[in-house]
Amino acid sequence: MAQEGTNSTEITTPAKIPFWHDPTKRAIIYQVVVLLIVGMLGYYLFTNTQANLKRQAIATGFGFFSKEASFEIGESPIPYSAADTYARALLVGVLNTLKVSFIGIILTVILGTFIGIARLSTNWLVAKLAGIYIEVMQDIPVLLQLFFWYSISYEILPSPRQALNPFAGVFLTNRGLIFAVPEAHPAHVYMALAFLVGCVAVWALSRWAKKRQAKTGQPFPVFLVSIAILLGLPVAAWLLGGAPLKMDVPVLRGFNFQGGLTLSPEFVALLLGLVLYTAAFVAEIVRAGIQAISRGQVEAAMSMGLKPGQVLRLVILPQALRVIIPPLTSQMMNLTKNSTLAVAIGFPDFVSVANTTINQTGQAIEGVGMIMVVYLFFSLSTSAFMNWYNKRTALVER
Amino acid sequence: MKFLKVCVVTVVVLVLVTASLAMAGETLDAVKKRGYLIAGVNGGVFGFSMPDDKGVWKGLDVDTARAIAAAVFGDADKIKYVPLTAVQRLPALQAKEIDVLCRNTTQTLTRETANGLNFAHVNFYDGQGFLVSKKLGIKSAKELDGATVCVLPGTTTELNVADFFRANNMKWKPVVIEQTAELSKAFFAGRCDLLTSDISQLAAHRAVAPNPAEYTLLPVVISKEPLAPVVRHGDDQWYDIVNWTVMALLQAEELGINSKNVHLKLKDENPRVQRFLGVIPGLGKSLGLDDKWAYNIVKQVGNYSEIFEANVGQNTALGLPRGVNDQWYKGGLMYAAPFR
Repeated sequence: MAQEGTNSTEITTPAKIPFWHDPTKRAIIYQVVVLLIVGMLGYYLFTNTQANLKRQAIATGFGFFSKEASFEIGESPIPYSAADTYARALLVGVLNTLKVSFIGIILTVILGTFIGIARLSTNWLVAKLAGIYIEVMQDIPVLLQLFFWYSISYEILPSPRQALNPFAGVFLTNRGLIFAVPEAHPAHVYMALAFLVGCVAVWALSRWAKKRQAKTGQPFPVFLVSIAILLGLPVAAWLLGGAPLKMDVPVLRGFNFQGGLTLSPEFVALLLGLVLYTAAFVAEIVRAGIQAISRGQVEAAMSMGLKPGQVLRLVILPQALRVIIPPLTSQMMNLTKNSTLAVAIGFPDFVSVANTTINQTGQAIEGVGMIMVVYLFFSLSTSAFMNWYNKRTALVER
Repeated sequence: MKFLKVCVVTVVVLVLVTASLAMAGETLDAVKKRGYLIAGVNGGVFGFSMPDDKGVWKGLDVDTARAIAAAVFGDADKIKYVPLTAVQRLPALQAKEIDVLCRNTTQTLTRETANGLNFAHVNFYDGQGFLVSKKLGIKSAKELDGATVCVLPGTTTELNVADFFRANNMKWKPVVIEQTAELSKAFFAGRCDLLTSDISQLAAHRAVAPNPAEYTLLPVVISKEPLAPVVRHGDDQWYDIVNWTVMALLQAEELGINSKNVHLKLKDENPRVQRFLGVIPGLGKSLGLDDKWAYNIVKQVGNYSEIFEANVGQNTALGLPRGVNDQWYKGGLMYAAPFR
C-alpha cells in the first residue's frame, strides 16, 4: 500500500491535480466562502438595521453624550449631579463597576486562598467547615445570594434614627454602614507619599537580600523589616505633619447621617455576594493547585530542613501558581461580569447607568454596544495583566 | 466539512429569520395571522396590570389591551401578556416583540420623536407624587432635603424627581431598582424615606403593602403624566385601531352603552348609537375591522367607566376618584372625537 502511494505521487505532478481534489486549495476556498458569507451577513444586518431605524425615525449616533443626563445617581466616586452630561453619567457607571470589581477581586483572592488552604488543613473541623462553605456557596445562584444580603441589610438593620452604634464613630443603619474618617489634612498626602517610598524601599531591600543570600548564604529577615518600613514611614510622616487627630464624625441631621464615610447597602450587598460566591470557586482552584504538587516534593523540602513556611513559599507556591493562575484569571473575569447583577439590587454600576441612558434617549443599539465594549475591555485588561503575571511566575523549564 | 455545513445552515437560517422579521408587513395582518395579540404590560401594579390569585390578568391597562383584542378578533381573550420592566418596554416595542404597549407609559416629545413611537389616546391621566411613612412626620414636600428616594429607573418619574429636587435646591439620594416588586419591598422595609411614582401607582403599592395605614401621600403633584397605549411609528392603520379603541371605550360611556345593555342598544333609534355599534355599517370597515368592533369591545370588556370602577375606582383597594379622568361633560379630561 505504501509503495502504491509513493508511486502515484511520482506519476501525477501537482499541476495536474484539479483544484477541488487539492486539500490545501479546497481549504482556502472554503475559508474565502465562509468569510464572504459572514461579511455579507454583517453587511445585511448593518444596512437592514439602518433602514429599519430610519423607517421608524429612531435617532442614531452618539450625539446624546453631550446632552444633559438629568437623572441622579445614588453613589459616585467623582462629583456628579443631574445637570451633568450623559458622558459623565456613564463614566460614573464605569468607575462604580471598577470600584466593586477591583475591591471584590482583591478580597476574593485573599478569602479564596485562606479557604482553599483551610480545606487541606489536617484539623478535621477546619477542613470540614471549609468544605461545607465551598459546597453551599457554589450551589446557590449568585443572584439569590445578592437578594439575600440586600434584604438582610434593610430588613434587619434599623432606620438612621435608631442606628446601631457598636463602636464610637461607627453606625449601622438600613441606609448603610457609616463610620468616622480622619478629617482632611495635608499630612495625609505626606503619609501616602511615605508609603510609596516605603514600597520602593521594600522592593530594593528584597532584591538586595536575595543577592546577598545567593552570594553568602546569609538569610535576611525581609518580611519583618518590610513591615517595619511600610508602617514606620507613614507614621513618621504623620508625626512630622503635626499628628492630626481630628475625626470627621457622622452626625444625624434630618433624614440621614451627614459626614463620615458611607458604604451603601447596595454596595455592601453586592460586594459581599460576589466575594463570598467567587471565593468558593477560588478556594477549589487553590486547593487543586496545591494538591497538584507531589507529596514527595514537600517531604524532600522538609528533609532538607526547610521550615513549613519556607516549604510553602519556596517549593509549593511557585509550582502551584502556574496551575492556579489561568483558572483564577477566569474567576476574576467572572466576578467582573457578575457585577452586572447590580441592577437587581440597585447599585448604580455601568449596566444600570447605561440601561437608564438607553431608556431616556432611546438609543438601544449604541447603549448595548457600549456595554459590550466596556466589559470586553475589562475582561481583556484583566486577562492581559494575568497573562503577564503568569509568564513571570511560570516555572522555567530546564 | 461538518463544521462548514453547520456554518452554512446557520447562516441561511439567520438570513431567512431576519428577512422574515424585517418584511413582516402591516401589524394588523401579522396579528390576525398569528391569531392573538401580544401586549406589553407592567405585571406588578395592582389595578393596572397584575395577575390575580388565580393567575388571571386584571387591571385598567389589561382591559385596554383586551379591548384591542376584542376589536380585532371579536374575542377579548385572544391575547398574550408580556410583563416588561420600565427599561425593557420601549426597546421591546421597537424590536416588534410586542404589538402594543399598555403599560402606564407617559407620553413625551422624545418618546414620540427620537424613540420612533406613537401614543394613542390617553387611558389614564396621572401625576407624580410621593409616598412617605407617617412616622417621619413630614407635612410638606419642602421638608425633604437629604431624603433617600426609591425610584424606578428609565422612567419620566426618575427625571421629574431630579428636576423637583434641583428646582427646590435640595439634596437627595436615589435608590433605583429595576423590578417594581423589589423596589416597593425595599421601600416598605425602610430602605428609603420616600417612594416616588405616579399617584395611582403609589396608591396601588400602598394597597398591597404589609401595613397600608402607616403610609401617606404627600399633598404635592410634581408632574403631568398622561398614560397611554403605545405603538411603533410607521403603521398608521394599527395606530388608528389602538387610538380609536380607547376612544370607543370613552364614547360608549358617553352614549350610555355598557356591557349589560349593549345588546338592547342595537335596537336604539339614535343614529350616533347605530353608527357606533355598526348597525349603520362603515366605521369598522374604515379601520380595517369588522363593523361589530365597538359592539364587541363594550360587550366583552365594558365602557371606560366600568373598567375604571372595576379596577381602580372607589370600591376597589385603590379607591381612586374619577377626578380628571372623568368625561369632559362632567369636568374631566376624557374626550372622545366624533365617531362618524
